[in-house]
Formats: sequence, structure tokens, C-alpha cells
Amino acid sequence: MRQVLLRLAAALPTLCGVVVVTFLLTRVLPGDTATYFAGPTASAEAIEQIRRELGLDLPLPEQFWRYVVALTKGDLGMSLTTGQPVRAEIATRLPASAELTLCALVLAIAIAMPLGVLAAVRQGSLIDHACRVLTTAGVSLPVFFTGLLLVYVFYFVLGWMPAPLGRLDAFATAPPQVSGFYLIDTLLAGDTETFRAAAAQIVLPATTLALFALAPIARITRASMLAVLGSEFIRTARASGLSGPTVVITYALRNALLPVVTVLGMVFSFLLGANVLVEKVFAWPGIGSYAVEALIASDFAPVQGFVLTMAVLYVLLNLGIDLLNRAIDPRARHGA
Amino acid sequence: MSNVLSVQDLSVAFHTRAGVVHALDRVGFTVGAGETLALVGESGSGKSVTAYAIMGLLEAAGQVTGGRALLGEIDLLAASPAALARIRGKRVAMIFQNPRTALNPIRPVGTQIADVMRRHGGATWFNARDRAIEALRAVGIPDPARRARAYPFELSGGMCQRVMIAIAMAARPDLLIADEPTTGLDVTTQAVVMDLIAEMAAQTGMATILITHDLALAAERARRIAVMHAGHVVEVAETATLLARPMHPYSARLIAATPTAAGALDDLQSVPGALPDLRGTIIPACRYAARCDRRQADCGETLHPHEAEPGHSIACHHPLGVAA
Repeated sequence: MRQVLLRLAAALPTLCGVVVVTFLLTRVLPGDTATYFAGPTASAEAIEQIRRELGLDLPLPEQFWRYVVALTKGDLGMSLTTGQPVRAEIATRLPASAELTLCALVLAIAIAMPLGVLAAVRQGSLIDHACRVLTTAGVSLPVFFTGLLLVYVFYFVLGWMPAPLGRLDAFATAPPQVSGFYLIDTLLAGDTETFRAAAAQIVLPATTLALFALAPIARITRASMLAVLGSEFIRTARASGLSGPTVVITYALRNALLPVVTVLGMVFSFLLGANVLVEKVFAWPGIGSYAVEALIASDFAPVQGFVLTMAVLYVLLNLGIDLLNRAIDPRARHGA
Repeated sequence: MSNVLSVQDLSVAFHTRAGVVHALDRVGFTVGAGETLALVGESGSGKSVTAYAIMGLLEAAGQVTGGRALLGEIDLLAASPAALARIRGKRVAMIFQNPRTALNPIRPVGTQIADVMRRHGGATWFNARDRAIEALRAVGIPDPARRARAYPFELSGGMCQRVMIAIAMAARPDLLIADEPTTGLDVTTQAVVMDLIAEMAAQTGMATILITHDLALAAERARRIAVMHAGHVVEVAETATLLARPMHPYSARLIAATPTAAGALDDLQSVPGALPDLRGTIIPACRYAARCDRRQADCGETLHPHEAEPGHSIACHHPLGVAA
């Protein structure tokens, strides 16, 4: 527990740095917020007035001070495009992205890890080649392409899947928010019909992202398994006559998991930020598309809120990975 | 005395990018119940490959190209992988050098012993833990209940080798193959570990194959010694006989190269030359000939290991102590 608190404390300077850098970055970006919001027909006085109302005429240190003071109260500011508080919008949109990313990650792990293990155990076999083809395809096909392809085949041609229009179709109502994950909230509400609807909506975007996440997971699993399978303690396990599954799963895979877990953390954070394209293709009301729209509109507050949220998530994620590593590896528990 | 293991004409080839390496050529020896046989030779002479071939643990590139390894009625070289997995650890066990890396780094040592006991030793889920603690006590580990929960990195090298021995002894095997078991341990620990192996063997009547490059260690611990050179067994004899009257020139050289407590450092002589290249098809019949100072014209002729006197076999056309 003390370790966890220490780690969190160590992350504070990083977060402070993120606050400063995002503030400065949004200010040096091209585009003038006041002009953008005044509209193309606004007069110079109107623009000046908006600038004053937004506090954009103040010197930078003053603006920064106001931003930080608001932050300490948990206020991330208002979005100018939607007129909503940024915090509330992130709170509703982050679960959408997180649900999508987690589903994709679980799907990717479920396919990639067994594939990587089998490819390593039967090196040079058909399954090894299949693994190579899939990982190459996974990294070389862009997500918007696979996403559109899946929509075309499974919605347009086959009609097996609902239209790619967000988290729920128009006839369903969102469940009362508990976790923000529709798949969980619908079950908590006992609404299996909406659960099925939400599940049907998430299948295609999650598959699209999973195809992308497959490659690094399968590759690292295979490489890590190969390294472990060649190590001396596996020779000992074999020399002791331990059964094949015991050697491969209990002895090899658990040791091979360490690098895999590290890569999983990277893949997860990468996906969370990079699923903008998938969110666009499937009209998914996620945090990625929110941030991009705000960025295009020179809408500072959502961008700053987005980056800060990501930074916090990243810190928590790394902490989680560390804890997981400790759970797997007694040497890590001992050393720290 | 009945033979526990009889290896006959064992040949192994490795398929490498640089060509086929004939690592072992018609290797043969026997080891009887309760007996310790030492396989001695310099690095690369094929000692460990012999052990791995017997255990069916050769890496993918290695292939047994001939011969038999009879454990009782079973030919280990012809046994199916499933049959071999039942024999390994149960009837033939093995311990390795560098015990710390030879143990699973993230599994408590007691659990590792229990794994093998559940597999072979008839232990159940419920008593495997207690039996593992008993096994740790039997190999002389103090406070075994606590040490059973320790990970290899928390134990010394000597402790880890004791754990390895406990794993190997879990199912009371008929034969223990100890591959350089004392390498990487300090001298006092070496003696303790070797004593422990001898004690275990004496208790159960287990046969031991001791693989070592250390002729002094072999002389001290083994009843018989098989000298290997470049994938050939060049001489097999009782330890006293071999040390007193080596017949193969290489054995004689090896003895001259072994330090003794009484001898001065200057008396040590290295074996001249290096191991021959074992790639390709043109390998000399006597693989020592190029290094040998007794080489004669007929040394290129086919060489058959033969018994020069009862219990003393050699593979040499012009052995020492015999009129040339």
C-alpha cells in the first residue's frame, strides 16, 4: 500500500508538467478562438468583446493562474462548441472510449496470446505462419480501412450487424449510469434486451480495434515464449517429466507474461488515444473524437481536459502494470 | 551386478547452418545399480549431449542417428515422447550446473518439488506440500517449512542445488544424471553437494552418471570413468586402473593436465591442439590422431572400441603400455 502511494506521489511532478505543457501548447497553436466563435460575419468589436469575456486578452501568466485555480476545484472549464462543462462531457464520453478499448483489448488478448503461445511451441508450423500473416496484416491494415470493410461486409452486404451509429440504436434508451459501461450498466439494471443491443453495436468497432492490437500482443507473446522455452529451468521441468501443459502453461507462460503485460499497458494507452478513427467510422461518442473536434475549433478547455485525463489514466495504467508485474514476479516484489 | 543403463553405439548429429556436425559417434558405456560412472572430457567432447540424448532433451537441431540406450528393457532412444515423459523424473532424473538458473525463478521451490511429486511420486494435492517439505529436510535444508516458500533468488547456489537434488530424488529414480553439478559452487559447497548425491545414491541403490571436466572430482567420486574426446568414448576403466595405467594417449594427457595437491604448477601439462572440426563427412577415424604424439600410418583405419583387458576398454590402435 505504501508502495502504491509512493508511486502516485512520484507521478505528481509529471502531471504538473502535463498541465503546464498542454496550457502552453494550446496557446501557441494557430487559430484564434475568439475569431472562430464570433463567426465569419462578426465585427472587430464583437470579436474583441468575446476575447474579453473569455479572458483571452489577459497576459498568459494570469490566464494560467486562473486555469490552475479552477483545476484545483475540479473545474476543467467550459467547451465553447457545445456549451457544456468539460468535466461532465469527459465523464460521459470517457466510459464510451474505455468500454470500446477494453472490449477490443480483451478480444485481442483472447486471440493473440493463445496464438503466440502455439506459434512458439510449434515453431515453423502452420499456426506459426498463420500467426505471422495475421500480425503483419494487423499492423499494415489501417483501422479506418478494416472498420469500413467490416461495416460493408457485416452491415451492408450480410446485414448481420446493426448500423454503425454509436453505442445504441435509436430505439433503445441508455441504461442508468453506474459504471458508464453500457454492457455492465444494462446487466445491473436487468435489461437484457438493451444489453444485447449494446453488445451488437460494439462488436464491429471492438473487432476493428482488436485486429490492430492483435499484432504487438501476438508477436511479443511468441518472442517471449520462445525465449523462456529455451531457458534452463524449462529444461529442468522437461527433465523432471512434467506434462506438456504444465511445462508450457505453468512454467513457461507465467514467466513469459512479464514482457507481455508491459506491452499490454502500452497497447492499451495507445488504443485509448488512437481510436479516434474508429470512433469516427462507427459514430462512437468517445473521447477521441471529442478532442479532435475541439482541437479543430481551437476550443482550448476540452483539449486541455482531454490531455490531462489521458495523463492521469496513463499514470494509473502504469501503476496497474507495475502491480501486475509484482503479482507475477516475486523478484520485483523483493527488489523494490 | 546388473546394468541400470546400457548405452550402445549412440550417434548424434546436429543440423546447423554450417553443415551437419557429428557430435557423437558410436558412444557406448554401461552403469550398474548403486554405481557411479564419471563421463570425463574437455568442453565440447560430447558429455552433455550424451546425457541429453539419453533423456530425449536434445534441441530441435540435434538428432539421434543410431544406437540404443537400454534402461532395463526400454530403449529410451526409441520410446515415444509420452512414454519418455513418464520415465523422465521417475526412473531417470537429472541435475544441472548453475542451479539457480535451472530452477523456475517465479515459483516457490517447495511448489516445484511438489509439482514433480504429484506427477511421479504418487503425492496428492493435499500431501504434496508436506512431502516437499520432507524432501527439503532430507537434502539437509534447515527450516524446510519456511524455505519451501522461498524463491530461487532468495537461496544460495548450494541451497538451490540441494533443491535440484530434492526435485531429482522426488520419485526415487533408478538413475541420476548429474551434469557438472558443482560448477558455479564454491569448493566447500561442492564437497557437500557431492556428499549429498553419494548419500542419496547409497540410500536408494540409485546409479549415478557424473558428467564433469574435472578429472580430480571424477577420481574422488566415481567407481569407473569413461573418457570422452570429440564425441568418442576413448577409454573406460575402473578409476584406480585408469589413473594408474591409462592406455589411451588422451587419457594420459588428461591425467597430466590435472592439478594435484602435491604437484607443482609447473608440472601441469596442457593437452596440445584442439578438438577437431566435426562438420562434414570426412572425419578421421581416430578423432584424437591430429593431436596425438603416437600417431602412426594406420591411425586412419576404422577404429573399434575393444576390451584391452577385463573391464578396461579403449579405442586406440597404439595404446600405451603395449608394445607398439
